[in-house]
Amino acid sequence: MPGSKKKLQEINAAPMADIAFLLLIFFLVTTTLDTDSGIMRRLPPMPREEDMQNQDRIRERNVFLVMINKNNELLVELEPFDITQLRERAKEFIANPNNDPALPEKTMQEVPYFGTVEVCNKGVISVQNDRGTSYKMYLQVQNELVAAYNELRDELAMQKFGERFDDLPEDQQEAIRTIYPLNISEAEPKNVGGQ
Amino acid sequence: MARFGNKKKKEVGAINTASLPDIVFMLLFFFMVTTVMREVTLKVSIKPPDATEVKKLENKSLVSYIYIGVPHKSFQDLYGTEPRIQLNDQFKQVRDIEEFIAQERDQLSEADQTKMTVSLKIDEDTRMGIVTDVKQALRRASALKINYSARKTESIR
Repeated sequence: MPGSKKKLQEINAAPMADIAFLLLIFFLVTTTLDTDSGIMRRLPPMPREEDMQNQDRIRERNVFLVMINKNNELLVELEPFDITQLRERAKEFIANPNNDPALPEKTMQEVPYFGTVEVCNKGVISVQNDRGTSYKMYLQVQNELVAAYNELRDELAMQKFGERFDDLPEDQQEAIRTIYPLNISEAEPKNVGGQ
Repeated sequence: MARFGNKKKKEVGAINTASLPDIVFMLLFFFMVTTVMREVTLKVSIKPPDATEVKKLENKSLVSYIYIGVPHKSFQDLYGTEPRIQLNDQFKQVRDIEEFIAQERDQLSEADQTKMTVSLKIDEDTRMGIVTDVKQALRRASALKINYSARKTESIR
């Protein structure tokens, strides 16, 4: 019975394409290609009563004050400022390349891969915003500050390892993070300008 | 029947479609792998702000979402036009966030609970007042790892 055997083998594959098309169209319609991305941040833990009194201990030279009012105007170190220059100014504050006494002090610390180097871990960038500030402006400021850190880390990574920070192995990233630790604090909320 | 008798014409007409399902399946698998099913129906309109320093959220199962924006047209009679908070499928208040975080955290295994991330999907025109309230609630709930949802652009201006 060679004839009947041959008939069994040949399955009509045309409907399979139809089914596959149907599924394909379903997934095409339901798919959302926007991947979830955003700026990662860590909130400070809720302060306890005894910590509240210690807040003013940080020295003035170690604080970089960024304020945004309800009209989305920027005040950096109590001077009106343009957001386009914020990144450069923040980089100067974090790294303090010329050891300016007005900018944050550095400490000597043993870091893997680098030996004993000066570490800029004293500086704190403090962002204060009003309840009326728009979220867009707030995120732009956050973005510029994170960008300042990322650029400094990238520069150091290029100089030391010849690669970008993101491409380095975890332990080398950790070493660079020790030298430039992300220190953006968000002050306890204040209500100045109303809603 | 004379048409069917013409053998030469028939041979030209029959294209082999056996490889068609293969191609379609390949596309199908691509979309199946890349697709992200929407878990909640958004009741608020959200246009995320632009940023250059965005990072991808890696482990989706560890992420909880908080949506803040102006309610859609059909909900505006009930909920007004001021930005509102949406958790899962419902409009909620700031005071509900701590309970929501506790629930979400219970769903994770103990080892993963410290890695929990809260993604804040906030419309760019929202005022910071409500955002600050939400952030304070998150701090009280000790959900400190957060992610400000933003779209990647090359430059802001």
